[in-house]
Amino acid sequence: MAALPKWIKGIGHTFFTVLITMVGLLFVTFVIGRVMPIDPVLSIVGESASRATYDAAYRELGLDKPLIIQFLLFLKDMVHGDFGESLLTARPVFQDLLRVFPATLELATMGTIFGVLLGVPLGVIAAVRRGRWADHVARVVALIGYSMPVFWIGLIGLLVFYGKLGWIGGPGRLDIFYVDTVPHVTGMILVDSLLAGDMDVFQNAISHIILPAGLLAYYSLAYISRMTRSFMLEQLDQEYITTARVKGLSESAVIWRHAFGNVKVPLITVIALSYAALLEGSVLTETIFAWPGIGSYITNALLSADMNAVLGGTVVVGLVFVCLNIFSDLLYQFFDPRAQ
Amino acid sequence: MKRFKKLLLFVVAAVLAATAVPGLAKTPPNMLVIANRIDDITTLDPAQSFEFAGSDLIRNVYGKLVNFDPKDLSKGYQPDLAESWTVSEDGKTITFKMRPGVKFHSGNPVTAADAVFSLQRAVKLNKTPSFILTQFGFSAENADKTIKMIDETTFSITTDKKYATSFVLNCLTSTIGGIVDMKTVMVHQKDGDLGNDWLKTHTAGSGAYSLISWKPNESYMLKANPDFYQGAPKMEKVVVRHILESATQRLLLEKGDIDIARNLNPQDIAAISSNSELAVDSDLRGRIMYISMNQKDPNLSRPKVIEALKYLIDYKGMQDSFLKGQYVIHQSFLPKTYLGAIDDKPYYFDVEKARTLLREAGVGDGFDARINVRDAQERIEISQSLQNTFAQAGIRLKIEVGTGKQTLAVYRAREHQIYLGAWGPDYPDPNTNAATFAYNPDNSDEARATGILAWRNAWPLPEMSRATKAAVQETDRDKRAAMYEAIQREHQKRSPFAVMFQQIEQTGRRANVKGLNLGAAITAVSYWPVTK
Amino acid sequence: MNSSASAPAKTPGWRQWLTTDAPASRRQARLSAWYRSWLAFRSNPMAMFGLVILLLLVSTALLAPVLAPHDPFAQNLSTRLSAPGANGYLLGSDTLGRDILSRLIYGSRITLYIVSLVALMAPIVGLFVGTAAGYLGGWVDIVLMRITDIFLAFPRLVLALAFVSALGAGIENAVLAIVLTAWPPYARIARAETLTIRNADFIHAIRLQGAGALRVITRHIWPLCISSLVIRVTLDMAGIILTAAGLGFLGLGAQPPSPEWGAMISAGRKFILDHWWVATMPGLAIFIVSLAFNLLGDGLRDVLDPKKSAR
Repeated sequence: MAALPKWIKGIGHTFFTVLITMVGLLFVTFVIGRVMPIDPVLSIVGESASRATYDAAYRELGLDKPLIIQFLLFLKDMVHGDFGESLLTARPVFQDLLRVFPATLELATMGTIFGVLLGVPLGVIAAVRRGRWADHVARVVALIGYSMPVFWIGLIGLLVFYGKLGWIGGPGRLDIFYVDTVPHVTGMILVDSLLAGDMDVFQNAISHIILPAGLLAYYSLAYISRMTRSFMLEQLDQEYITTARVKGLSESAVIWRHAFGNVKVPLITVIALSYAALLEGSVLTETIFAWPGIGSYITNALLSADMNAVLGGTVVVGLVFVCLNIFSDLLYQFFDPRAQ
Repeated sequence: MKRFKKLLLFVVAAVLAATAVPGLAKTPPNMLVIANRIDDITTLDPAQSFEFAGSDLIRNVYGKLVNFDPKDLSKGYQPDLAESWTVSEDGKTITFKMRPGVKFHSGNPVTAADAVFSLQRAVKLNKTPSFILTQFGFSAENADKTIKMIDETTFSITTDKKYATSFVLNCLTSTIGGIVDMKTVMVHQKDGDLGNDWLKTHTAGSGAYSLISWKPNESYMLKANPDFYQGAPKMEKVVVRHILESATQRLLLEKGDIDIARNLNPQDIAAISSNSELAVDSDLRGRIMYISMNQKDPNLSRPKVIEALKYLIDYKGMQDSFLKGQYVIHQSFLPKTYLGAIDDKPYYFDVEKARTLLREAGVGDGFDARINVRDAQERIEISQSLQNTFAQAGIRLKIEVGTGKQTLAVYRAREHQIYLGAWGPDYPDPNTNAATFAYNPDNSDEARATGILAWRNAWPLPEMSRATKAAVQETDRDKRAAMYEAIQREHQKRSPFAVMFQQIEQTGRRANVKGLNLGAAITAVSYWPVTK
Repeated sequence: MNSSASAPAKTPGWRQWLTTDAPASRRQARLSAWYRSWLAFRSNPMAMFGLVILLLLVSTALLAPVLAPHDPFAQNLSTRLSAPGANGYLLGSDTLGRDILSRLIYGSRITLYIVSLVALMAPIVGLFVGTAAGYLGGWVDIVLMRITDIFLAFPRLVLALAFVSALGAGIENAVLAIVLTAWPPYARIARAETLTIRNADFIHAIRLQGAGALRVITRHIWPLCISSLVIRVTLDMAGIILTAAGLGFLGLGAQPPSPEWGAMISAGRKFILDHWWVATMPGLAIFIVSLAFNLLGDGLRDVLDPKKSAR
């Protein structure tokens, strides 16, 4: 056994960590679900149900069994890929998640792409022009994004760009005319419409996603640009940069090839983290833009004690988080000579 | 820097490309698009559905034995899938004759067998709304005997006692009276569930529309039934989108991306009423808003205190300000337009009178009390107004806001002091509210009659309970109405319920959309008469 | 200790004393370091701007009864939804005819209360967990860090919502819920710091002198972790305000009629198209305060970040 290669051990260790984290996550969610003073039975039978109807539903949910048994039964189903049925939507949670998660994935991905495209250059500029007006402007621009209550700016944005100017599509993912016109493959309309080669649907989807994604982008831009700045500052202070300058390299080569080259790796971690945060689904953004994503799905489920849905949603979000974490760790090890 | 400029150019170009293309603004002429809150739909099975949005959908998909005509609701129940009916001498058996030539969406003919199956099914499944039928003595055990097929086109139902025929038929107009396609449903039966699981997400009816898709919390889509026996509906498709925010609904309506917005708040209604492309409809609904006082509480159980609180509500101030256009003052438990409804409004805001009453009750210095309120904006506003007016007589109200489920749990456990509640009738017969506001046969904790509002407030009312029970057996319509009027007047005077308002629903629509009927206080929305 | 005798007197004297290159005592060295940081901080106009705003916020909260032109709870249904400036309401009135300005002024107390409670509790929990894990290592480390991971992987708002729904709505519970979701990053930072300090020579020296784990952690490791935690907290402060406002927005934070800013936005949201001020005024208040915290935190990081100052 001692002859096992290091990387296999590494994978085994990672797998073990993920497993423990996931079980822990499920357990905490499960306990929360049970201590909440919301009656899951009432969610099904309604408020004027008779005692007999109530009791029947109570047994049907398995609530008469001890807590730990309920949890183990639940784990068993989960291992078999059975997330149970949602009380609120009357269909398998797995099916619901296949519907809501792509919506969030699409939004978060667009948001992160915009956030990176704008945030990284902004951070670099701020670092290069440290202490000068460009730095201050970049700082204020970024921090405004951090400080904005999204439920307020979202409504105002809709009012201006959709209501008054008519530049963009309204709430929802598509104009009603286009709904269900392209075959459902990934559940991400932008991807599906490209696959179907339907540019009308693609453009319509873009016009709907641009504002919510833009708002999410602004938020992640704040984080990404501030972190870029501080990583860049660290690099620009290093001796090799001075050496490169002395060697007569152009300023842009010094900044982009040398300094930025070394910033990439920690930056990937930062981006992965901010991507993970967006993938949790922003309840407030989703509410305002009538975006049927995972954030509002979980919240609704939680407030109605639809525990199967909450647990299923939590597993997905947790899994995404853990996977992104591992992904950035691996990248780190791959790129960074010191970590090897 | 060059690279950055390139990136920036790319982003700007992408944004421009995306926004330069205007969306297709107007809705297609043969399609009706509605914004509504539909997150309460949890099932589409008529034997199980018990929510507003669900009954809207089901009303347009399933025919019933008797039904309300959207062109004139005041006519009361009219023949639908049952062409005619006769009542036996003893008043216990009703025999229905089915309308010939009507077909389900599947093409199967609608027969007496389907009607018998549907009613028996609702009783046997014993889901939440089953009490609407089982209150007539039907049960899973006797359903095969009491609901009986006679031949292809006739069948009969037999109740355990004599009931007013209007009471029975009114109940059959409610959602649970929807007639399902037996052959189609039984194909999808699983473990003896009578197709319940399948019908949760599919439909098998004979109504004006059939279901294309239902995405929970997102939308549902219906397509017209070209063979609908009253004539094919004009709108070939109906799409209902779940839009939570009033402001969002209004923006969509103004832009023409939807035809009808059903959840506009008064501010948005006021704003669109000056827009010539839009119109506003007002419709009285069945929901009433009340506060109730738990009779287990030593202060709140004093009759004079109860009376005093009824004088400490600024009915008019609320109606004319933040509830404007959404609620009207109403002080008795039957909604207007119901049989036996009264329009008496004996209470008004009068601090002096309330102070005197409180002094007479021996609590002249006031007291502390809690009010449980669910987290809906209008209710929070009402509770704050109450807090303000109660304080003027020394009653210090603490507002406890919770989610709907939390506040309800407190209420059902009789742990509240004061509760701000809303009540919507379950079926269009006066008994629906009388049996909960004015009926409480066993007030003990053990009874756990959590479905009864009088029990939740621990209010024993033996005499009134008897009166309520007698009223459902009175076959003479006018006498029956008079009985409910008397019960309500007594209820207004003595009960720990201060009924305050009845709901009005204001709907914004594109001016070219005509013929939408919301169902008033007695039924749900009808899409089939709509034209545009 | 002798230097303190020569220190007082004239202004140039104390400045010189503070900026000396050869401090004569530990106290002078520490004060001198603080003073230099302050000078660096002062040269950052944005950070100073943030600081001034926050000082204004604190004084507003302290002087609320003096500053507020109206009773924040007094209703007047006849003058509801007055525009800013009308009927004597400087920033307008809300749906129940209450003065928005007065409510904002009193609301600053709630905001400060929430922020300071969270800012005290979350880092302390994180500090306990992180330093214990980092210093003790082994099984303690594994268990504590797995717990941290679990909480990190949890959808944050779901956790907060679940907690608040379980314990009931209210400011204190909202604070606890936010703390519950906010501590894991602090634990990670504290652990990382501890790992770098743990093997430092001076810690070994202290251990050789017979100091126990508890003493080493509380006396020697905690003080060294604090500066990176402070920076992080200040930067998180805006997030805390926004989360609290979000809970208020969902009706699970402060309870009516309390003038919590998030709840005010939530109540004003339905008027946003026609009576914009009802939601916009508290929105602006939240925005300004969060921006101030962010600017302050950003400035602090520039000044205090050990990596920078070591250059």
